[in-house]
Amino acid sequence: MNSSSKLLRRVLHELRAHLPALACSAVLAALSVAGSLYIPILVGRAIDRIVSPGNVSFAEVAQLLARIALTAGLTAAVQWLMAAVHNRVCFSVTRTLRDRAFAHLQHLPLRYLDAHPGGDTLSRIISDVDQFADGLLMSFTQLFTGVLTIFGTLAFMLSIDWRITLVVVVLTPLSLLVARFIAGRTYSLFRTQSEVRGEQTAFVDEMIGGARVVQAFSRERHVTEQFSQINARLRRASLRATFFSSLTNPSTRLIYNMIYAFVGFTGALSAVSGAITVGSLSCILSYANQYAKPFNEITGVITELQNALACAGRVFELLDAPCETPDAPDAQALASANGHVQMQSVSFRYRPDRPLIEDLQLDALPGQRIAIVGPTGCGKTTLINLLMRFYDVDSGAILIDGTDSRRLTRGSLRASFGMVLQDTWLKHASVRDNIRLSRPEASDSEVVQAARAAHADAFIRRLPEGYDTVISDLGGSLSAGQRQLLCIARVMLCLPPMLILDEATSSIDTRTELRIQQAFDRMMQGRTSFVVAHRLSTIREADMILVMKDGHIIEQGRHEELLAKNGFYAALYHSQFAPDAP
Amino acid sequence: MKHLMKHLRPYGLQAVLAPLFKLFEAALELLVPLIMADVIDVGIAQGDTSYILRRCLLLAAFGLGGFACSVVAQYFAAAAATGASAGLRQALFGHIQTLSYQELDTLGASTLITRMTSDMNQVQTGLNLSLRLLLRSPIVVFGAMAMAFTIDTRAALIFAVVIPVLFVIVFAVMLTTVPLYRRVQAKLDRVTDAARENLSGVRVIRAFSQEAREEADFRGRTQALFDAQRFVGRLSALLNPITYAVINLAIVAILKTGAVRVDSGAITQGQLIALYNYMSQILVELIKFASLILSITKALACASRIGQLLELPSGMADGTLPLPQAQDAPAVELQDVSFRYRGGGANVLSGITAAIPHGQTVGIIGGTGSGKTSLVNLIARFYDVTEGCVRVNGADVRALTLESLRGAIGIVPQHAQLFRGTIRENLLWGRPDANDAQLWQALDCAQARSIVEEKPGMLDAAVESGGRNFSGGQRQRLTIARALVRRPSILILDDSASALDFATDAALRRALQNLPWQPTVFIISQRIASIAHADRILVLDDGRLAGSGTHRELLDSCAVYREIWGSQFKKEDVQ
Repeated sequence: MNSSSKLLRRVLHELRAHLPALACSAVLAALSVAGSLYIPILVGRAIDRIVSPGNVSFAEVAQLLARIALTAGLTAAVQWLMAAVHNRVCFSVTRTLRDRAFAHLQHLPLRYLDAHPGGDTLSRIISDVDQFADGLLMSFTQLFTGVLTIFGTLAFMLSIDWRITLVVVVLTPLSLLVARFIAGRTYSLFRTQSEVRGEQTAFVDEMIGGARVVQAFSRERHVTEQFSQINARLRRASLRATFFSSLTNPSTRLIYNMIYAFVGFTGALSAVSGAITVGSLSCILSYANQYAKPFNEITGVITELQNALACAGRVFELLDAPCETPDAPDAQALASANGHVQMQSVSFRYRPDRPLIEDLQLDALPGQRIAIVGPTGCGKTTLINLLMRFYDVDSGAILIDGTDSRRLTRGSLRASFGMVLQDTWLKHASVRDNIRLSRPEASDSEVVQAARAAHADAFIRRLPEGYDTVISDLGGSLSAGQRQLLCIARVMLCLPPMLILDEATSSIDTRTELRIQQAFDRMMQGRTSFVVAHRLSTIREADMILVMKDGHIIEQGRHEELLAKNGFYAALYHSQFAPDAP
Repeated sequence: MKHLMKHLRPYGLQAVLAPLFKLFEAALELLVPLIMADVIDVGIAQGDTSYILRRCLLLAAFGLGGFACSVVAQYFAAAAATGASAGLRQALFGHIQTLSYQELDTLGASTLITRMTSDMNQVQTGLNLSLRLLLRSPIVVFGAMAMAFTIDTRAALIFAVVIPVLFVIVFAVMLTTVPLYRRVQAKLDRVTDAARENLSGVRVIRAFSQEAREEADFRGRTQALFDAQRFVGRLSALLNPITYAVINLAIVAILKTGAVRVDSGAITQGQLIALYNYMSQILVELIKFASLILSITKALACASRIGQLLELPSGMADGTLPLPQAQDAPAVELQDVSFRYRGGGANVLSGITAAIPHGQTVGIIGGTGSGKTSLVNLIARFYDVTEGCVRVNGADVRALTLESLRGAIGIVPQHAQLFRGTIRENLLWGRPDANDAQLWQALDCAQARSIVEEKPGMLDAAVESGGRNFSGGQRQRLTIARALVRRPSILILDDSASALDFATDAALRRALQNLPWQPTVFIISQRIASIAHADRILVLDDGRLAGSGTHRELLDSCAVYREIWGSQFKKEDVQ
């Protein structure tokens, strides 16, 4: 309760810029309710003046009719205005929240992003924001108009006849009970339905994702048979959930109809006794309907509100996730680094209870090529995370040209490293724009030059629209190797003083790799490079090989020295790389 | 739509009964104002309380009757909707199984999955709603008009004028806003794409300090979404107020005419109230109708997307002949084969000719994108050649039934993919009737015995979806075993030992050379060491056959091969 009221306060705080608009829409809502309640009264009065032949007062009726027309026109205008105000608030809240969430995302530490699945964060930015704005604002209006309608109707009915009003007040909540009863019973049916649906989605996901294998093994018929079993179960579950949930409306309508009959009866009796006029009876009957409707809506609105609040909570969680520590105010920009990288007693853990890198020492001189080898999970990629300051060290320091990297601006530090990862990431944009990502101001001819250096020019030219071909995730028209070549071209374009290559050529054939290596060699004159690789040639020519195991550098030196040591590296080398030259 | 109707046909009875019972319910509702008119004109005017009681009991009975009709209608609607969409789902899934690689490439998995799941759900909901409500609103609206005519023709003329006007308003607003809503959806997709891309590329974006540009791009997209939403929001917000105003003006007209008619004695006061009630009913129905049309339009859009997919023919016609037995003809023969992906620029393979005798081991090597995978995909006829001809056992693969052709081929794809289930179930994909001994034999050969033995339950150990509870190397070995279980006469390994260490790779190679049924083996690899022992090596360079022969021959004759070799073995390594 406390947390949800806190949440509510937070929501109001977030909406403060829109409070005048919301207040305005509340006033408009009140006006529209008043208008729509006033019209039946006017109609009732008019009917009372149209009794029987010779008993019609035309002048009064004309006056009342003019008032009805005026009220209806005004109410309609107010309704439109209310919707317009409401839309404006809703859409701009959505936009502002999304912009803020996205901007925040750019400053969240990698630690957060690595720990939270991307799909979850995405749904916070997209669907949660939508449901929050939509649900919350829609519910506010509905709740407000609903409550106003109920009280307004009640007041009007009381002014006409208190006994009939009593009947309506006592009976109407029955429909709420019935609706709640049905909702409670159908909840488990819906859960079953969504479970089976989930199972089917997973199956479809797997079999369509693996459609090639399915065909290769001629399993189409078998798979279709399996699908039909799940499908039949889904049909049954769907039928039950759909049917039982669709009983709500008929049941509540039944109750309204009963109330209507009852009100008709008591109202008619009152009319017979002369307590009310026929016009008032007509008015009360139309109220009996209007009064009941908001009750049902309000039940829906309350679940909606709860849902919207839950969504708001998830959005705020994202917005409140602490940013990475900002650059120190006196942080220096690293300009044209020499590439002297030192790690002094660096320790780092992803999780406090799992030691990973402990007391790591490293001194990479400008222009050196450092190869990092070791079994999976030994901390190779972590080292890169630390160099790029995607993560900060727990203790110790990383010095670039003698300056603690935490005293440098992140932007300038990262701009000094050219990074190519095994996991290639390309934007949904043209090939040209993808290469240009590293240096947006680069000219077209520079882009082509970089692509040539990366041996990507030839295949790019063969793409349907050459450098203007838009890369899409779905088409998958590029092979893993080609994607890596594009990422290498990116780095070739910006030529930073230091390089990080994390299995950057793992999907590229050895001949092309060799050529790229030569291009790298040319551009790496005087550039310090860190290379995680599994291929012999790359590693052997390194100025220094770091052999990592369990977060420690257990051996360090040149290829020949390490082989001579006959330690872990030698063992690794013989099991992994030893060529059986034919 | 056409497809949906086809699957609705088995539920024809339910699909007719549902709206029919809805109609009964609506008819009962339409009688209510008439009864109230009687209560007023007879009961109240004459002070007859027992008449009033009887009429009101009748109203209550109508309520009960309406409830019963409506329950029946809901049941039939649900049965027809869930049944028809289950049929449609089954048909679509079956159809997707018949699509060739060519179509799968162009469509992309995520499109297909969306069609199968969320589009299907929309169709089911839309169908259910249509069966229940699509007829109801027009029936109530026109029924109210008909009832008005039974009361008084002159007053009813007002209905006859107002109803068309209202329908024009509803449809005008709908027709203008529906395409606009589609645009809003497209803008929202662009926002989603930007956020998804940003999340997946966070390291690269930060490495190149692109955060500010990304933010600006995202703001541009949310602004475009905002503009689109606001525009359509303003338009669609017109619907309810305009309807409301028009109906109330009609009520004014009814009261005005009614005053004259009551004065002349043509109708009674109770009947006037009934006319007023009918007009109010129309208002309620139209508002429901508008929102119904919206969700039906959505469902129709989904249904037409599903229909398009169902009508997409498989780009590959199945052959008719069974695969001939191995004769004197080569196991695989490529004759002047060229191949180009649909819509994809240049040739991937050009003018390849080669004949592979039975039982040979063939290595295929070449640079990234040189066409190695495309070449073997042609053998199993995952794609059709653009020019030339591929023959297996002497027969053109296009003439053979896919089942007999692929049944003779065991393929281990580059991407080692396993499916949810048990290890045994996965291996049985190779041959459904294989026994455990045969499975273990295949596992032995694929160097995968230890993987299975380490798992609790051995062959019955669970495999999670995509095989994510196994490492890359383990998955590769299991997919090799899966292909071996089939004892195929042609075995294709598409770079499928890349994650294996040197020793395992060598052991695997030895085992493959000693398979008792002596299949023809194709091995694609980047590593010379993995194919050097082959009887024949095909060297591909940019889609052309740059060389063909044994390792020794190629070292002498093929420059490309020598260069690859040079990149992997420096002189000092060769003793």
